[in-house]
Amino acid sequence: MALMRVSSPHAHGRYSTGMVMRQVLLATVPGVFVLTLFFGFGTLVNVLWACLVGLACESVALLLRGRSLAFYLKDCSALVTCVLLGIALPPYAPWWLIAVGVAASILMAKQLYGGLGYNPFNPAMVGYVVLLISFPVQMTAWTPPRGLGEVPGLWEALQACFLPARYDAVTMATPLDVLRQNQGLLLEDLWAQTPQFGRWAGIGWEWVNLAFLAGGLWLLYRRIFTWHAPVAMLASLALMAALFYDGGSSSSGGSPLFHLLSGATMFGAFFIITDPVSSAVSVRGRLVFGALIGVLVYLIRVWGNYPDAVAFAVLIANFAAPFIDHYTQPRVYGHGKSGGTG
Amino acid sequence: MSTPAYSELTLNGLWKNNPAIVQLLGLCPLLAVTGNVVNALGLAAATTLVLACSNTAVSVIRNVVSDAVRLPVFVMIIASAVTCTELLMQAFAFELYQILGIFLPLITTNCVILGRADAFASKHAVAPALYDGLIMGLGFGVVLVLLGALRELLGTGALFADMQLLFGPAAASWKLVLIDDYQPFLLAVLPPGAFIFTGLMIAGKNLVDGHIKRRQDALKARPVKGAKRVRVTGTIS
Repeated sequence: MALMRVSSPHAHGRYSTGMVMRQVLLATVPGVFVLTLFFGFGTLVNVLWACLVGLACESVALLLRGRSLAFYLKDCSALVTCVLLGIALPPYAPWWLIAVGVAASILMAKQLYGGLGYNPFNPAMVGYVVLLISFPVQMTAWTPPRGLGEVPGLWEALQACFLPARYDAVTMATPLDVLRQNQGLLLEDLWAQTPQFGRWAGIGWEWVNLAFLAGGLWLLYRRIFTWHAPVAMLASLALMAALFYDGGSSSSGGSPLFHLLSGATMFGAFFIITDPVSSAVSVRGRLVFGALIGVLVYLIRVWGNYPDAVAFAVLIANFAAPFIDHYTQPRVYGHGKSGGTG
Repeated sequence: MSTPAYSELTLNGLWKNNPAIVQLLGLCPLLAVTGNVVNALGLAAATTLVLACSNTAVSVIRNVVSDAVRLPVFVMIIASAVTCTELLMQAFAFELYQILGIFLPLITTNCVILGRADAFASKHAVAPALYDGLIMGLGFGVVLVLLGALRELLGTGALFADMQLLFGPAAASWKLVLIDDYQPFLLAVLPPGAFIFTGLMIAGKNLVDGHIKRRQDALKARPVKGAKRVRVTGTIS
């Protein structure tokens, strides 16, 4: 890398790309820990296998593009993508499923567009959506959380990943599925009759979401991203849920707390939509971007046909990000509202 | 205008000026019906037939029709050719006709056909025009079938399924299951797969072109043996 001679202001960034990425990796630890606690070692195996495949894909792509391996691998961006994808996939996914998803993320969504910083879509979510529309059966097979069924051990997790034919997992509808399929039961009765529901949302899921919230708050405290997009997303999701709560009737979409602590809400809010590359960049833009995702998540969850909505909502909002930026461009100091000097 | 050699026409139609992956014409049927080999083959055959017929007819009337009304006349010719092809397919491959549906009549609007009629057939004699139509149709068809094979293979793990729609009952056993117990990769069969694989084919073609160009450049740049060096400093005493 050639050193550039630059004039003032000599502002120093506090973090390099690699440092930011490593802190994001660190912040996923509580979430992965709780996932492992409730669903067994499946998530951990997912993440590790995804990282291995991801590093291989990234290296191959960098070699083909004639870029420095050491420099680009050290920024850990591929690892972050793979960890996020590994967390998003259902535990005990077969190895080929994860490999296809990682290849779609790293090779197609990231390197084909020109590598880190040039990808218009969040790579992890592209991988997830490719898998979800290609292999709907495997992608909706969530095992029951601890307390509702037996949780497989490490050996079973490895078997499920690498020898899928030898291992049969028991799967169960997630709380979001149960609510989506609800026909004619009051929410109160549904809560009482279905074992999947816990105190506020699904058993296990509420703690998973709280753990990701904790990790996200730590990132916020470290100033890895600003509060605008996550807060806007959570607020708009809660607002939508409150508007359509319907007093808990049979056609209710679920309480705001249920939506905030279900599925991938917190994971999406703090780890996916805060991606600096594919999100809107201005402060107002991030508010709009986050709010758009919150509304879309609710729409797809309650009236759509897919189990969770964060991936689709994020991709649609990524499409809209340049458009949002165009209309929320901050006024340059010294210029009037019409763009001329004022 | 001088008539180009047949070898040049062949090279143009199949590679250098391929209607599908260089001119990027007729993308709508290209993306829509290449989910498997049999659909791709059916549409490729129909397009080639239309292209050959329209090119011939346009070339025949090229000295009679004035420039001002040429486009409507061409479109009429193409539309008649398409109607004939449609009737033929109804007669001999009715099930495939039903599967291809709207994309058969839509051949009329395929830009490859009007493009070749206006750019080539209306300026050349009948024989080269017919040949150009055939070879352009072949170039389009090869891409269509390749794309269909790629998507069918990745999407279902098999090749040449349902060939009886085109070749009669004897072809029902042509289906090749290359990978047993394959998990269908739906993305390849769905429209996004068409875009992705078309893009990859174009990239592959450009890669080969770049490779050829680099090799030719390397051949050209080789210095002549025994060239004299020019003395630029000092003096020879």
